[in-house]
Amino acid sequence: MAEHALEPDQSRRGFVNWFLGLSGVAFLLSAVYPLSRYLVPPRVAESTAGTVTLPIKPADVKANTGQIFKFGSRPAILVRTPAGDLKAFSAICTHLNCTVQYRTDLTRIWCACHNGHYDLNGKNVEGPPPRPLDAYVVNVRGNQIVVSKSA
Amino acid sequence: MAGGTERHGSLWTWLDQRVGLKDLEKLARKKEIPVHRHTIWYYLGGMTLFLFMVQVSTGILLLLYYRPSAEEAFESVQFLMGEVQFGWLIRSIHAWAANLMIFTLFVHLFSVLLLKAYRPPREVTWFSGVALMGLAMGFGFTGYLLPWNELAYFATKVGTEITGAVPVMGPFLGRLLRGGDDVTGATLTRFYGIHVAILPAAATALLGLHLYLVQKHGMSVPPDVERQSGAQRRMPFVPNFLLRDLVGWLLALAVLAALAAYFPAELGKKADPFLPAPIGIKPEWYFMFMFQSLKYLPAHILGIEGEIVGIVAFGLGGLFLLLVPFLDRRTARGEPSPLFTWIGIAIIAYMLLFTYLGYTASATK
Repeated sequence: MAEHALEPDQSRRGFVNWFLGLSGVAFLLSAVYPLSRYLVPPRVAESTAGTVTLPIKPADVKANTGQIFKFGSRPAILVRTPAGDLKAFSAICTHLNCTVQYRTDLTRIWCACHNGHYDLNGKNVEGPPPRPLDAYVVNVRGNQIVVSKSA
Repeated sequence: MAGGTERHGSLWTWLDQRVGLKDLEKLARKKEIPVHRHTIWYYLGGMTLFLFMVQVSTGILLLLYYRPSAEEAFESVQFLMGEVQFGWLIRSIHAWAANLMIFTLFVHLFSVLLLKAYRPPREVTWFSGVALMGLAMGFGFTGYLLPWNELAYFATKVGTEITGAVPVMGPFLGRLLRGGDDVTGATLTRFYGIHVAILPAAATALLGLHLYLVQKHGMSVPPDVERQSGAQRRMPFVPNFLLRDLVGWLLALAVLAALAAYFPAELGKKADPFLPAPIGIKPEWYFMFMFQSLKYLPAHILGIEGEIVGIVAFGLGGLFLLLVPFLDRRTARGEPSPLFTWIGIAIIAYMLLFTYLGYTASATK
């Protein structure tokens, strides 16, 4: 070095400190990275079921009732309207994920958690839900009810 | 120990030479408690500590029978309640002491807030206390799920979904907390780990800091008492205050035993993800004011989903509470600060009102 203001010892110490600090950071990163990856759960393959045949006969579903069924790994709700139409929606409330139920007295789909109401088209009509329920397509094939995600 | 001239035995001397008992004795003698008309509030912190110790002991006992999986959790608690001798008592004490601990913690926190004990140099004591409150609520939230019953299952669905609605980081945090996209057995295992290992470790460390700071700074004297002229009365901690503390602890234990014996903890029905949420679903009472507030929010506020507005508002409220020592400049300067007294009273009134509404407003309308 041309300058004598800086002691050779000082610059060596600075370098060693800098180097030590950098190795410290590298060591921390090498510990934090696998740890943070470990804490995040791996993605499990979603149930890809696009169509479900229900274990219920159409004749057994009375007017103005609703029931929960499994659609893949998620709950869904089958409703027969007072007019006699069969409808199916995702049973997961769009507000905070509770499972909804059919209220015979209101002829509405209702969520008990935060008092959210949906009409028979799955539209959010009262309370906190921000979006309608996802609607599924219901087909009656002979003696079977087949529910599928809308095409 | 009051006189300070007792003769110590040879065992004491032997231990003192190796462990340094004299230093501890000196420390215990030095500690004094100010006596004034607000002294009663000094008991609440110690009572919370006592209930925390009850939680640690009963929690360890529950570990001997509990099984943390979706298939076995409910059954293992059922076995504990029905077959294990005094199993119902241990679980009921754990459940009730949890509620009492949160209650005494709230009273402690609000008495500190209203008596302005957070002013310099006790800011870090306040921060560690607010953080301990957060941990206590985390204990409650994670512990609630462990019996894997219907109420707990849906309360956890809602609770983790609220985390998931936090702007930007939400979906990631929700997944991290649940151990997946939904509340499943993976969530139960995760909550178990958080409840029995992560939170206890964090709480012990923070509690150590909190208690060290309380020893370091001594008890805070409220500003209005400080401003009064004249000599301030004090009493020695050992044994005068300690014995009074013990009376408080015995009182807490008596209340606890009575509650556990007459109102044992219920178990309810096993969680079934394919049943609708039960009518009248409620969180623990200390989350009730937030739960009820979310019910009143409309679906959208200024184009933003109502629940997100609510969650951000509660987050900011928590941040405000944490930063009170920095925000209340007047108290820090030693001036009267009626504004922060009124803010404290407003927070208490808000929590009481919405908790009351949560328990009385009809669930189906």
